[in-house]
Amino acid sequence: MESLYILIPLSVALIGGVLWLLWWSVGSGQFDDLEGPGHRVLMDDDRPVPAPPPDDLR
Amino acid sequence: MQETYNYKVVRQFAVMSVVWGIVGMAMGVFIAAQLVWPDMTYGIEWMSYGRLRPLHTNTVIFAFGGCALFASSYYIVQRTCHTRIFSDSLAAFTFWGWQAVIVAAAITLPQGITSGKEYAELEWPIDILIAVVWISYAVVFFGTLVKRKTPHIYVANWFFGAFILTVALLHIVQSMAMPAGLFKSYSAYAGVQDAMIQWWYGHNAVGFFLTAGFLGMMYYFVPKQANRPIYSYRLSVVHFWGLIFTYMWAGPHHLHYTALPDWTQSLGMVFSLILLAPSWGGMVNGIMTLSGAWDKLRTDPILKFLVTSLSFYGMSTFEGPMMAIKTVNALSHYTDWTVGHVHSGALGWVAMISIGALYYLIPRMFGREAMWSVRLINVHFWLATIGVVLYIAAMWIAGVAEGLMWRATNADGTLTYSFAEAVKATYPFLFIRFMGGVLYVTGMLLMAYNVFRTATAGDARVYNDAPIPATLAHA
Repeated sequence: MESLYILIPLSVALIGGVLWLLWWSVGSGQFDDLEGPGHRVLMDDDRPVPAPPPDDLR
Repeated sequence: MQETYNYKVVRQFAVMSVVWGIVGMAMGVFIAAQLVWPDMTYGIEWMSYGRLRPLHTNTVIFAFGGCALFASSYYIVQRTCHTRIFSDSLAAFTFWGWQAVIVAAAITLPQGITSGKEYAELEWPIDILIAVVWISYAVVFFGTLVKRKTPHIYVANWFFGAFILTVALLHIVQSMAMPAGLFKSYSAYAGVQDAMIQWWYGHNAVGFFLTAGFLGMMYYFVPKQANRPIYSYRLSVVHFWGLIFTYMWAGPHHLHYTALPDWTQSLGMVFSLILLAPSWGGMVNGIMTLSGAWDKLRTDPILKFLVTSLSFYGMSTFEGPMMAIKTVNALSHYTDWTVGHVHSGALGWVAMISIGALYYLIPRMFGREAMWSVRLINVHFWLATIGVVLYIAAMWIAGVAEGLMWRATNADGTLTYSFAEAVKATYPFLFIRFMGGVLYVTGMLLMAYNVFRTATAGDARVYNDAPIPATLAHA
């Protein structure tokens, strides 16, 4: 099962990378506030912007 | 000079997602019809089932689903990071490059030019183009994250980031091959090795292309459309890390009772069962976002699409781990049950969440208050829902019938049924599946008409990028 000799180290390396990322994100305060971000997305008003009138109507 | 969000690339991908959705699903209906009427295309090679089936899967997954993922990730990353996309020209390259990949697939696959690897059939020159476009996508996406004006990275972006990185890795490992001419190559792996790489790729493509990316959509569009914060932001973070740490080893469940070592099969089964927990955590999180606002489901068909997609997500992520159990798999494997399971995920979850997201995006991309007809969205919703239910119910019955008939033995050890008898038993259900597909494509055609009327409503045909409020851009 030579393919496992590629896939298992690859997966372990990947998990190592993911662990590092988790460590970094927790350390840098990404998850210090677990309430606010959910609300902040709703505060961004992305209602459609009406297209401007054609030039001859301006 | 007022800073703006790049809406052009989002608009292009959103429109092409609708176009490719119709093409890919119509192709699916066509090959479903071939299973009911096998002589339908008079034996013309390039119209045969074997050549069109990979074109169907490539078009719906990578063209329809891919364009929807590009559109929504570019929109979400800009809106949640309060910044314009990293590079307009590189983003435009990802659009035209991706369309070129799809057109190349449509030209080569019907001619029988294929590497023979499921969901990765395209030959090596196209594989290289995919890799270039995908790496550009990663540069655009992560470049935007780096230049963000907000300290926090919203959870949807974590899902998109994981999807982009993992798909790059999967594609490169799976496509390793030795070219033998422009249209032919030999895989770097052979035999059961090749099979293991194939399903490591195949199942993680389901996990990251068809799940993580669309969960990114879910965590943005469900709260936005319901105008309520996600039920538990904390749970969404746990959902992300849970899924990322457990997904990688579910692949061997595609190779139960094969030459793959037994321990690898059992490992795949166990990891598949573990996956039920993060999947359902995410499903509950999405659906419970509506708690206290369930009445919105009565009047808002876009929300109906989004929430129904979550129910199908819950259903197929329960069905999947069950089918990964070896004893269940002994019955279900190689039958139409698998096909039904895939489509409950593809039509129910992936397509419905994309359709909901597209109905959210398109009026915004064309500077309209809303879609041209909300009633038409409602009709689309019911056509799609009835279509999926017909499809998966028919495939459950056909699949279980096949599984039971194939394994039935007489007292003397001979098989009770010949293979043709099992084929005959599934016949009515193949027709019901075809009808389900017809309903689903009809809904997509209504959507295309609605999008066309939305884009061309009124006199103004100038579509603008949206301004970034100065308070946000310099926060």
